[in-house]
Amino acid sequence: MKPEDRVEGRHPMEEFLRMDRMPHIWCSGCGIGIVVTSFIEALQKSGLDPNKVCVCSGIGCTGRVAGYVKLDSFHTTHGRPVPFATGLKLANPELKVVVFSGDGDIVGIGGNHFIHAARRNMDIVVICVNNFNYAMTGGQVAATTPIGANLSTAPYGNFEYPFNLPYLAEACGATYVARWTCLHIRRVTKSIQEALQKRGFSFIEVITPCVTLYARRNRLGDGLNLLRYYYENSEIRHGADTRTLDIGYQGKIIVGKFVDIEKPTFLDCMNNHLRKVLGDKYQPWGVKS
Amino acid sequence: MIYFGELKEKKGIVNIIKDRCKGCSFCVEYCPRDVLEMSEEFNVKGYHPPRVINPDNCCYCQLCEAICPEFAIFVTLREEEEREREKEISRP
Ligand code: SF4
Ligand code: SF4
Ligand code: SF4
Repeated sequence: MKPEDRVEGRHPMEEFLRMDRMPHIWCSGCGIGIVVTSFIEALQKSGLDPNKVCVCSGIGCTGRVAGYVKLDSFHTTHGRPVPFATGLKLANPELKVVVFSGDGDIVGIGGNHFIHAARRNMDIVVICVNNFNYAMTGGQVAATTPIGANLSTAPYGNFEYPFNLPYLAEACGATYVARWTCLHIRRVTKSIQEALQKRGFSFIEVITPCVTLYARRNRLGDGLNLLRYYYENSEIRHGADTRTLDIGYQGKIIVGKFVDIEKPTFLDCMNNHLRKVLGDKYQPWGVKS
Repeated sequence: MIYFGELKEKKGIVNIIKDRCKGCSFCVEYCPRDVLEMSEEFNVKGYHPPRVINPDNCCYCQLCEAICPEFAIFVTLREEEEREREKEISRP
């Protein structure tokens, strides 16, 4: 937004937010709002037509994003934003479809949908806010909880191996993979902007503090303490081997952009294949003529 | 002295929408110029919003705006600086 377009008393992002729903439900010190700010800024910078951008969320604290952004948005059932986005994209290929949801929703409950959308290289952007637990339902162990963290279903600490999300996304075939913490505001914005302007399955993991459950149960302090932890323990290593990106409990967090490749998307593959098989009879779908 | 031509530091005016703030103090902690401080007053939600203590230090970097999870703080460019700059440029 240009400086002269800013007016006193009106936040420059209000244009993209449903202000009638504010204040949002997120706790004081929660990082999800920061990621929404980054997303809106990236959207403004990308120059995309907001009428052609859709946001899908599932259930969870981050799942509320679909209700707060003033774009066409859909709040799906638990774990299902990725298949919903897939359908939306295939029915209306000119849309830019963004999945904005949490770790429990995207890779826990909806893990199967996630890996298949990445395998097919669906042309969607997945922003996964990782707070290491199922926050909205009371802080249960999620697929990303580090070993040793105490949560309501792990009162003696978690002993399950967690997912390494960038590795999962790359192994499944994603064409853009990045991980940041919500403290890396400008870099998150840049990554989202790159993903919005890219064709193919893009995955961005953003680590955020959950003060009310994860931090409280583990006595890690408030949001500010967790931001300081990110500041001290995150290391930017672009292009790092995604196999090395595991996160230990309060351990080092390797962040950066790990994968950025070009690959034909699902629709490209479908059109190419069917044109080859059916010849001129076939009308390509979703191609601007 | 380093010569920067007509380049001048930008100045910002901090706008705080007090009643939207949830008192997380991220903006206070991460403002590079120590423009802000947490106040003692309460807003309608019962949180302590930040207040501006060094208005002249604000350099319009917009970091507070980007880090606020509540869309409660933003900066606008200080106009008189603009005018001053124009005056300086037109000086013979
Ligand atoms: S429960 Fe945790 S993730 Fe949910 S809004 Fe509160 S701090 Fe954020
Ligand atoms: S714009 Fe930058 S210098 Fe000004 S108050 Fe915000 S963070 Fe501080
Ligand atoms: S970052 Fe926003 S919510 Fe937090 S104290 Fe500052 S103005 Fe209030």
